[in-house]
Amino acid sequence: MEQNTQSKIGQQEQLRKVLLSQERPPKAGAVSASLTFGWRALLKIKYVPEQLLDVTFFPVMFTLMFTYLFGGALAGSTSKYLQFLLPGILVQTVVFTTVYTGVALNTDISKGIFDRFRSMPIWSPSPLVGALIADTFRYGIASVIVMILGLILGFRPNGGLSGVVLGIVLILIFAFSLSWIFTVIGLILRTPNSVMGVSMTLLFPVTFASNIFVDPATMPSWLRAVVDVNPVSVLTTAVRGFMQGTIDIGEVVWVLVASAILIAIFAPITMYLYRHKR
Amino acid sequence: MNSSKPNSNYSELAVEASGLVKIFSRHRAVDGVDLAIPKGTVYGFLGPNGAGKTTTIRMLATLLKPDEGSAKILGHDLIREPGAVRSRVSLTGQFASIDENLSGMENLILIARLMGYTRKQAKTRAAELLSAFGLEEAAKRQVKKYSGGMRRRIDIAASIVVRPDLLFLDEPTTGLDPRSRNQIWDIVRVLVGTGTTVLLTTQYLEEADQLADRIAVIDHGKIIAEGTSGELKASVGSGVLHVRLLDREKRSGAQRLLSERLGTPVHLSNDPAALSARVTQTERVSEALGELAKADIRVTDFSLGQPSLDEVFLTLTGRPAVEKTSKESHA
Repeated sequence: MEQNTQSKIGQQEQLRKVLLSQERPPKAGAVSASLTFGWRALLKIKYVPEQLLDVTFFPVMFTLMFTYLFGGALAGSTSKYLQFLLPGILVQTVVFTTVYTGVALNTDISKGIFDRFRSMPIWSPSPLVGALIADTFRYGIASVIVMILGLILGFRPNGGLSGVVLGIVLILIFAFSLSWIFTVIGLILRTPNSVMGVSMTLLFPVTFASNIFVDPATMPSWLRAVVDVNPVSVLTTAVRGFMQGTIDIGEVVWVLVASAILIAIFAPITMYLYRHKR
Repeated sequence: MNSSKPNSNYSELAVEASGLVKIFSRHRAVDGVDLAIPKGTVYGFLGPNGAGKTTTIRMLATLLKPDEGSAKILGHDLIREPGAVRSRVSLTGQFASIDENLSGMENLILIARLMGYTRKQAKTRAAELLSAFGLEEAAKRQVKKYSGGMRRRIDIAASIVVRPDLLFLDEPTTGLDPRSRNQIWDIVRVLVGTGTTVLLTTQYLEEADQLADRIAVIDHGKIIAEGTSGELKASVGSGVLHVRLLDREKRSGAQRLLSERLGTPVHLSNDPAALSARVTQTERVSEALGELAKADIRVTDFSLGQPSLDEVFLTLTGRPAVEKTSKESHA
């Protein structure tokens, strides 16, 4: 008992020292705060590595299915189709993966920790920007996996390594921008499941009404008009250009413009919702 | 630092609020709250679930915008200078405001980095805090594997990585065992001793009684009483007689007798054999007890004491602070 009281007093003394012996650090900058949140998101992969399954399993399945089920019928031979499909499937994989950003944010925000973040003296978008940085890392993993699978199956990019890398970088830029749509959905809806449902409902027509799987030449003209302006088509065309070595800078510019527009619209909405979340 | 009574520096207020109102779809969750909380004290918000305690705290911590009213936190206007407010306050929410998927160490490093420490300083600071909170051994374990008491401690540790001038603690001991609760109380006392003002909410009257220099009793979004625990008790009456009967069947008889003799209403406790009554004239107590003996109502124990805050709450609101149906019983 005596000893207990003593150790208790010792502990209190130690706590008092820890509280008083402290210099106030300078405020963290926007970049440093965002990167710290990125670090937090990556740590989660360390504890729950299963979450990488969805960025690996899904794209592998899609590539195999489309190549071997439809490839022959669509392009005459599976290997010919793969040259056309692979850049597209890369786009599709990453675009679908962006949905998880909204789902993860929705899961996270319902917990008390976001209250803490929001009451801290940090650049207020940094928890979201940090999460998106970590997600971009996940998209990168997904891209590399699909690329390796493609190379094994017989994809031969004429653009060489630099073409492939530039193509992937372009996809990551677009995905980062697109994610802001899903942060909005993630903040509006109540449950992670509804975020998933709504986002998928949005994404399916957007990815399928594009030039990812087929050349839109045979589509009815009204649909072609839609497909041609679909940002996913523009991105796919540019990525194909990079990987096949036939890049047109105009296409890249369009992708960057589309990305900038997405951020300009959805980042402010996200921030408004985030600040006013109850 | 004198933390016992606040009269030392009344002029210096940590929180100064007037007419705070928050409406959630026509329900007035907070309905005109005025506050004047002196620096360096513990201020307790006491009230049942849904009284508006958390909503008030969330407004003061810049998480919610008040619909009406204004407040100054440590001299900074809540609405116009939220950034300045955030750099001086810290919030430990009612539900774990830490990342349960990360380890205790990682959580503290995360917060330390966000507060501007370098990576190396953040590690040192995290280790210091873990040791001061008795969590060294659990440093590398994921927080979701922590016990309730450890969780609460790491949560508070995260709030004081940089010692705030004002700390909000939302129900810091709800659901904790008595030992963990005492640890939290000790931490709060040390914190106040180092100059931090603490604003805590609680449903536990004992907690407010133990920790708070001043208490605001809050109900339906309004402060219905405010003062030191002694003042609140005094407002109810000079004392309370508690009686426990051998035979619970005789409680209604005892109630009638006591009420006649004492001249005050007698309250039936949750314990089916116990009753309590406010006492205005202490000399009548022995008479009343004698009357019970004459009527052959045997008493196993009785006590005469200051009213508890439970009784204060009952007197103020006409109902008990913690509903009988509530699972979280008042330890």
